[in-house]
Formats: sequence, C-alpha cells, structure tokens
Amino acid sequence: MADDVLFEFLHMEMVYHIYKDQASRGEMDKDRATCVSTLEGMGFRVGQGLIERFTKDSPSFKDDLDVMKFICKDFWINVFRKQIDNLRTNHQGTYVLQDNKFALLTQFSNGKQYLEEAPKYLAYSCGLVRGALSNLGMDCVVTAEVSLMPSCKFQVVIQKI
Amino acid sequence: MAVCIAVIAKENYPLYIRSVPIQNELKFHYTVHTSLDVVEEKISAVGKAMADQRELYLGLLYPTEDYKVYPSHMIIVYYTPVCMFFLLIENILLYRHTRYGCVTNSKVKFVIVADSSNTSLRDNEIRSMFRKLHNSFTDVMCNPFYNPGDTIQSKAFDSMVSAMMVQAS
Repeated sequence: MADDVLFEFLHMEMVYHIYKDQASRGEMDKDRATCVSTLEGMGFRVGQGLIERFTKDSPSFKDDLDVMKFICKDFWINVFRKQIDNLRTNHQGTYVLQDNKFALLTQFSNGKQYLEEAPKYLAYSCGLVRGALSNLGMDCVVTAEVSLMPSCKFQVVIQKI
Repeated sequence: MAVCIAVIAKENYPLYIRSVPIQNELKFHYTVHTSLDVVEEKISAVGKAMADQRELYLGLLYPTEDYKVYPSHMIIVYYTPVCMFFLLIENILLYRHTRYGCVTNSKVKFVIVADSSNTSLRDNEIRSMFRKLHNSFTDVMCNPFYNPGDTIQSKAFDSMVSAMMVQAS
C-alpha cells in the first residue's frame, strides 16, 4: 500500500520547507522555537478537523481516560495505521503514550543516530494530539521525547483550571 | 416541516442560524436560545446517571404551543342581576413548534425547530436530518479556510440547509 508513504514524504518536505525559510533569514536560535510552533499549529488545526470526522458516529466519552484510550486506539490507527503500544497515567491528569515504532521516525535510524534531529519531526504530531484533545474539550500541553529511535513517548498534561 | 435550523458552538454562541419565515426571525432566535438550557440539562443528566446510554441524539426537547387568539365578537348576556361578558373566541390558531436537539462529541449542538401542525415527523426523519447536518458540518470543519469559532459562511452548507427546509415542507 503506497498511500502511507505519501503523507510521510509530505511531512518531511513540510519540515524541510519551514526550516529552510527560517534559515534563510538568519538568527538560528530564536527561529528554532518559531519553526516548532508553526509545525505544532498546523498539526493543531488538522487534529481538530480529524476528530470531528472520526467521532461522528461514536457515543460520547465517559471521562478523560476514555478519551485517551480513544486517542491511543482509533485515532492512532486512523492516522498512523497502528495503535499506541503503551499508555501510562498517574490518574492526576498526566498521560504518557509510548509508541515503539513511530511511523514518522522509522526511516531515520534504529538507534541513537540522528537523535538531535528527531524533535523537529515530532512537532506536527504533538500538535495533532493537542488539536484532537482540544476539540474533545480537554485543554492540554503535549510534549514528545525520543531516547531510542524509532520509539518515542508523548506526554500529555491536562490543564485543569 | 423544519422552520429553523441552528448550529451552536461549544461556548454556546450561534455559528449558524436560519429560519424560513423571515418575519418571525427574532422569535426563533429566542426559541433556540431557550432550548439550549434543555440541552445542557440533558447533557449533564446523561453524564451522571447512566454511563451506558451515551446517545448523541437528544430527541424531542420540548414542544411549545403558541396560541394565537382572535376574538371575533363579544356577546353581552344579561343574566339578571349579573351581566356577563362572553368573549366568543374563534380562530384559535395553534402553532405547535417542536424542537429537536443533537450534540456532537466536540460539544457542538444542532437544534431543529419543526412545525408539526400538518404531519408529525417521524423519529427516523429527524435523525437523518441531523446526520446530514453533521456530515456537512464535518466538511466545513475540514475546510482549511474555515477557522473554528467563526460563523459558517460556506455556500455548500447553505444549500444543504435550504434543501432540508424546503424538502420537509
């Protein structure tokens, strides 16, 4: 099936394009943050639209844990063709989603090579999760970390007012 | 016969509201606003009571009856020693407006005000109307030129709503 690859290529080109734009204007340090937030913003808007489409016919969610389970299973399958491998929570609003073979990182390496480049390629997916959760009524902060490619962890901290 | 269709955002302000008889528009706006209270009540009730029944379709919110009373003439009857007035009431026009509601998972509410004076609309028809509304709303949401929270200005959405208001009548 060739269609998964289309998005992977588009994503790679997206990241490259945004970083190229900022690099041509100079001032590397400050712009790294804006690149990441641009990518995250794009993911946010897409996540909102995707959630609207995916939850069209499913019943409403009982609580936050139910929502996170939906994200780990149905949402991740629809977007990345696989489920989240591990979900951990401290039952106080923090969830850690671990994906052992993250689709957008599999082509990089199988160990520690290119580790410092990985955060650029995770920004969009963080935004995706944040947009999805915000449309379901949960405001949160999503960060990602990679210690060993291609597995990565997304940490979701729900903001309670 | 759908007379008014409204899409209300999560923060309870209207994203899209349209009614067919233009002269009574303000009344329909008010009607939709009052139905929001009923919707809120139903949402919170479902959350506490039964965890299994988590239907998105809320069904009939509540019917109202607007009586329009036209007194034709007064008959004064002398009934000694008391005299009574009888107001002969003719032409009672009963507008039965029934409201139906539906909530999405993203807490966007759809309200349909229907006039069921001629035929009572069956449940299935209302459900299919909500399904069509939800589908069109999803398409609007996925449009990259639409920012969530703005009023809906999509022509496709407009034409779908017009078709629904005309077809049901």
